[in-house]
Amino acid sequence: MKVTITVNGKETSAEVEDRTLLVHYLRDVLNLTATNVGCDTTTCGACTVLLDGESVKSCTVLAAQADGREVTTVEGLAGEDGTMHPVQKAFHEQHGLQCGFCTPGMVMATVSLLKENPRPTEEQVRAGLEGNLCRCTGYHNIVKAVLAAAEETA
Amino acid sequence: MSVLGTRVVRIEDPRLLTTGATYVDDLRIPQLAGAAFVTYVRSPLAHARITGIDVSAAAEAPGVVAVFTANDLDDVPPPPADNPLAEPLLAKDVVRYVGEPVAMVITETRAQGEDAVELVAVDYEPLDAVVDVEEAAKDEVLLFPEAGTNIVAPNGPEEFDDAPFAECEVVIERTFRNQRVAPVPMEVRSAAAAWDGERVTVWSSNQNAQTTRMIIAGGLGVEPDKVRVITPDVGGGFGAKIGVDRDTVLVAWAARRLGRAVRWTETRSESLIAMQHGRAQVHKVKLGGNRDGKILAYRMDFMQDAGAYPRVGPLLANFTTLMVPAVYEIPTVQIRSKVVLTNTTPVGAYRGAGRPEATATIERLVDIFADEIGMDPAEVRRRNLIPADKFPYTTATGLVYDSGEYVKALDRVLEAAGYEELRAEQERRRAAGDTKLLGIGLSSYVEVTALDFPNGETGRVVIHRDGSATVYTGSHTQGQGHATSWAMIVQDQLGIPMDKVTVIHGDTDAIPVGTGTYASRSLQVGGIAVHECAVKIKEQARELAARELEADPADLVLDTDSGAWHVQGVPGTKLDWARLAELAGEDGLTADVHFKPSRPTFPFGAHLAVVEVDTETGLVRLVRHISLDDAGPLINPILAEGQRHGGIAQGVAQALYEEMAYDAEGNPVTASLADYSMISAAELPSFELLTMETPTDVNPLGVKGIGEAGTIGATPAVQNAVVDALSHLGVRHIEMPATPERVWKAINEARGSEKRAAQ
Ligand code: FES
Ligand code: FES
Repeated sequence: MKVTITVNGKETSAEVEDRTLLVHYLRDVLNLTATNVGCDTTTCGACTVLLDGESVKSCTVLAAQADGREVTTVEGLAGEDGTMHPVQKAFHEQHGLQCGFCTPGMVMATVSLLKENPRPTEEQVRAGLEGNLCRCTGYHNIVKAVLAAAEETA
Repeated sequence: MSVLGTRVVRIEDPRLLTTGATYVDDLRIPQLAGAAFVTYVRSPLAHARITGIDVSAAAEAPGVVAVFTANDLDDVPPPPADNPLAEPLLAKDVVRYVGEPVAMVITETRAQGEDAVELVAVDYEPLDAVVDVEEAAKDEVLLFPEAGTNIVAPNGPEEFDDAPFAECEVVIERTFRNQRVAPVPMEVRSAAAAWDGERVTVWSSNQNAQTTRMIIAGGLGVEPDKVRVITPDVGGGFGAKIGVDRDTVLVAWAARRLGRAVRWTETRSESLIAMQHGRAQVHKVKLGGNRDGKILAYRMDFMQDAGAYPRVGPLLANFTTLMVPAVYEIPTVQIRSKVVLTNTTPVGAYRGAGRPEATATIERLVDIFADEIGMDPAEVRRRNLIPADKFPYTTATGLVYDSGEYVKALDRVLEAAGYEELRAEQERRRAAGDTKLLGIGLSSYVEVTALDFPNGETGRVVIHRDGSATVYTGSHTQGQGHATSWAMIVQDQLGIPMDKVTVIHGDTDAIPVGTGTYASRSLQVGGIAVHECAVKIKEQARELAARELEADPADLVLDTDSGAWHVQGVPGTKLDWARLAELAGEDGLTADVHFKPSRPTFPFGAHLAVVEVDTETGLVRLVRHISLDDAGPLINPILAEGQRHGGIAQGVAQALYEEMAYDAEGNPVTASLADYSMISAAELPSFELLTMETPTDVNPLGVKGIGEAGTIGATPAVQNAVVDALSHLGVRHIEMPATPERVWKAINEARGSEKRAAQ
């Protein structure tokens, strides 16, 4: 089947199998490989992207479901001139990443979290990121980064 | 001012944050264009004889390029005849664990591979499986009948001497389990291979390109120079990606057989059942001491569950053995170990690799001993910790602890935690009959890092004519931030700013000799090699500058703020690095160093965990975690803290949540992240870190390793805290992970026995 999806502001279109997942559309059709696959069970959140501005795990969304809609990945977050989004900047400054594998998903989940709740408490941040697993950072600096980004954007 | 010791944010981050890293599965390079995809057929049984494999249906399936079984592996060296326990590339006659690779299907796309593996028909004749390590040690079911036993590496005395225990006022005997856990790097195993004539390039998600090259060359039966290994970005390793699995060797083999590029990335479920696990030890222990709190004798008789093939099982047992005496001065220490094969996934290194297990057990025992003699556990520790004036200290296992301040570390943690107030609060809740009890748990630890010390590490620094520098390192990063640290070391020595330093690792053509990253060795071996290169370059530069400025070399000074040389007292005439590189001519300004430390180093610390235990549900919540981890001077405190945070989370996870479990038939029951309770942000508090920097004399920067500290210190502190919360009810021990069910049962058993005693 044919899908047309606006990804990071650009319209894309391709013939895909019915079963093609959004994450594979992004990675294998568009070669946007920042969005990662970390599990088979929609548990890890590495594949989190924004679909019409809401965070989704792109390993549970079919490309077909995104047809005609807008997707934002971490590649589309920084400004045209490369200026990092406040969330990206906060992750950098707070050392909120180590190997970087969970990072694109964490960043996208954070963007969505802060949209819903611009001034979250630490507890709310922790609960909000429950669906995004990180093996490297112990979450400590990720939580700090989210709170710093909230501070920055509020 | 030196950049060392300052909080420098990572230079590698902007790329990772904006366009993502490039892990193996992300590679979109010409050599891999049109690569076919490997999917493994894995054994669904823990122990069985393969009586037939029919690949005909799979071979006809859409997109299938080839299906290979052990019979196709006719062009690789046979397993060594003198090693009956050798691991075959694909299982031939017998499978020994669920997840063992039996066949490989190669397809045009990943999805076609998932369909086609279902069509490979393997006939299995089930054999009895042995899952429990103590059962396996009885040798009733043998994994390798030709070996005659499942016990691989027995070590230690036949008989123990009981006399030292006979003289103790208090003797405690227990059996503790250090459960099997899964390392779970967020990036699963992944590899790709492409041949160019006689030479193969393998991209692998791995902790060491150079070892990977040797293993692949050996597996394929080619000379090492025919293999180039590149490790692009790696999404975590935690010890599980050191060494390379047969799954990766086979990718290179299939690319050769097909004359076509091939790639492979496992699924998470495959990773959980087929990537090596960690820990998995059973400790039978005996501890004796006097009522004044002095520990006099300690015995550990333990088994390492190696899983179905020995791999590094014997090494893990050795590491545990070395660390049995831990931080304490104990007159008698007795150790015996056995490495035992079971029908489970092979066990290998996982953050700490054998050392956390030793610490977990003695720290648990010290608490039980404290309880027994009615003394505060902090006081018992203080009375037995090796005092600061005894360093260097030679242990009962022959290690020489370089430097340490164990009592101070413990006292600082107690103070920061407000130990007395915590105890008062604990009392208050108990007295009020609160259903949320407070538990306070301590651990003191020492660990050994850079245990492979005689290997050393390669470093090379090249200064270019534009004044920039390139660093080549044989160590390897899986997220530790080496590029930043190595650039800091260069800036500190040479005054070349970090943004003009490029760090290259993980390519065997660029760095043929290297040992990679494990056992917290990188900074103190690989980093020091880079440091020594910079020192050498400075000496070369001094000579060049002296010649150019017609001065005595001894009079030349390098201003590391500006990165320029001048004659002492004549700051006007300067030579910068660009000019010096030019003066060096053809050969350039280059230094090569293979740094070999003389000994390993011994970081140490103390942790204190505060938990809340809900007596109605058994649920445990970690509310505070305070740690002091001393690994000598910190090159970049931000990076060191990051390592500690990650380690603590993994340590807490082992104490409370994570376990890779099997049923009696050897079926893994935690084979997805939906079942394996990997710790998330919601289960953790922010950590409270204290710093102390006791240098080592083993290397010129005085640095030790920090990568595993958090894991080693956190697990026993949390486990002790859980038991401590319930100790007034008579609970003396709870196995890990302290799940609500286990905790709830312990509470009920204690209450039951209280009632029985009252009757
Ligand atoms: S890959 Fe989508 S949640 Fe794990
Ligand atoms: S940074 Fe490695 S998994 Fe989060």
